[in-house]
Amino acid sequence: MDFSIIINEYPFYLSGLWTTTWLVATSLLIGLLIAIPAGLLQDHSWWIIKWPIRAYMYFFRGSPLLVQLFLIYYGAAQFESLRETWAWEFLQEAWFCALLAFTLNTGAYTAEIVRGVVATVPEGEVEAAKAYGMNRWKTLKRIILPNALRRALPAYSNEIIFMIHGSAVAGIVTIVDITGAARVVNARYYAPFEAYLAAALLYMCLTFTVIYLFKLWEKSYQH
Amino acid sequence: MFDLYGYQEIFLEGAWLTLQVALLSLLLAIFLGLIAALAKISHSTILKSLATLYTTIIRGIPDLILMLLIFFGGQMLINNLSYNLNEWINETMTQYYPSHEWTSYLPDYIDISPYFAGIVTIGFIFGAYMAETFRGAIQSVDKGQLEAATAYGMNKYKRFTRVMFPQMMRHALPGLGNNWLVLLKTTALVSVIGLQDMVKIAGDASGSTQKPFTFYLVVALVFLFYTAISSVVLNWAERRYSIQTR
Repeated sequence: MDFSIIINEYPFYLSGLWTTTWLVATSLLIGLLIAIPAGLLQDHSWWIIKWPIRAYMYFFRGSPLLVQLFLIYYGAAQFESLRETWAWEFLQEAWFCALLAFTLNTGAYTAEIVRGVVATVPEGEVEAAKAYGMNRWKTLKRIILPNALRRALPAYSNEIIFMIHGSAVAGIVTIVDITGAARVVNARYYAPFEAYLAAALLYMCLTFTVIYLFKLWEKSYQH
Repeated sequence: MFDLYGYQEIFLEGAWLTLQVALLSLLLAIFLGLIAALAKISHSTILKSLATLYTTIIRGIPDLILMLLIFFGGQMLINNLSYNLNEWINETMTQYYPSHEWTSYLPDYIDISPYFAGIVTIGFIFGAYMAETFRGAIQSVDKGQLEAATAYGMNKYKRFTRVMFPQMMRHALPGLGNNWLVLLKTTALVSVIGLQDMVKIAGDASGSTQKPFTFYLVVALVFLFYTAISSVVLNWAERRYSIQTR
C-alpha cells in the first residue's frame, strides 16, 4: 500500500471536501426553507394545499436519492421543449442538478421532522399564548417554533449526517466532491484502497465534527 | 402487462434482483446486528470496544464509499495478499528443495462478484444500525423474565431463544422497520459497482431509447411500491406483536 499518492494529491481532496461542504450546506439551508412551510401545512384543511405537499414528501422520502439525482440530471434532457428555455442553462450543469435533488430530498425529510415536533408541542403552551391574546402568527413565531426547534435538534442532526453521507452520490455524476476526488485519484493511479480510504476518513471527520457541534448546541439548551 | 420500449422483462428481472439484494442484506444485517448488540451489553471490555468501534466507524462513512472500498479496494487487497502468499510459499519451497518449480498454489486472480460484494457491504453497514436497535430492545426486556428462565433451569442458549428473543423483537420492530426502509433505498447504490439491478438497467435502457426520465421515473415508482408494501406489512406486524394491555 502506498499512501504517498494521497499525500501528493491532498489539494485535490481538499477541494473535494469544500465542494461536499458547500453542496450539503446550501441544500440543507434551502431545504429547511421548504420544510418549515411544508411541515406546517401538510395537515391543512384545504386539500389543494395538503395533497401536493403530501405527494411531494411521499415521493422524496420513498425513493432513493441516487434515482432522484438521475431523474433530474439525465431525465431533464428527455424534454425537447425544456431544452429551449433558460432553465436548461442550469439543468445541464451537474452541480445544479445535485443541488436541486439534495434540496428537494432534505426538504421532504425535514418537513417530516417539522411535522413531528410541531404536532407534539404541549397544548397548554399554545392555550396560554392564546390567553395572552397572541394571534396565530405570533404564537407560531414565539411559542411553537422555538419549542419545536429545541426538540427537533437530535433528529435534525441525524438528517444532516444522512445528507453528508447521501451527498456521496454527487461523485457519480462528474462532480468532484470527496467521492469524485477519490474516483479521479483511483482512475489516475489505480489505487482503489488508498483512494477510497482517504475519502472515508474525510467523511468521518466531517460527520464527527457535526455530531460534536450539535452535542454542544443541545447542551446549551439544558441550562 | 406494461410496455417499456421492449425493456419490461429485463426490467422486472432487475426489480426482482433489487429485492433479492435488499432481503439478503437484511438477513445479514440482523445477524450482525444481534452479534454486535450482544457484544455491546456483554461484560468483556474487548468485545464491547470492538462492537463500539464497528458501529462508530460505520456511522461515520457514507455507504457508497464503503461499497467502493469493499468492492474495489477489497478485491485489490485480497489479490495482493494471495500473490504475496504464493510468492512466499514458492520461495520457502525453493529454499528447501532447490529443484522445486515455480507453481501457482493460489488463484492468480480472484474476482469478487458485485452481487456478493453488494450484499456483504449493505449487510455490514446496516448491521451497525441494527445493533443500536437491538441493544435498546434487549435492555427493555424485563430482567425478571430472564431470572425466571434461569430459575426454570434453562441454559444461556435457551434463555436467549425462548425468552429474550421473542420479547425483544416486539421492542425492536419499529426501529427494525425504519432500518429496512433505509436499507431498501440504499440498494440502489449496487448499480455503481456494476450489478444489473433496475437502476443499472434503466441507465442502459435510457441510453438506447433516449427516454431517461421515463425509465428513472419507473425505477422511483417501483421503489415507492416496495416502500408502500413494507409500510403496510410493518404496520400490521406492529399491531400484531404490540404488547396488548388489558
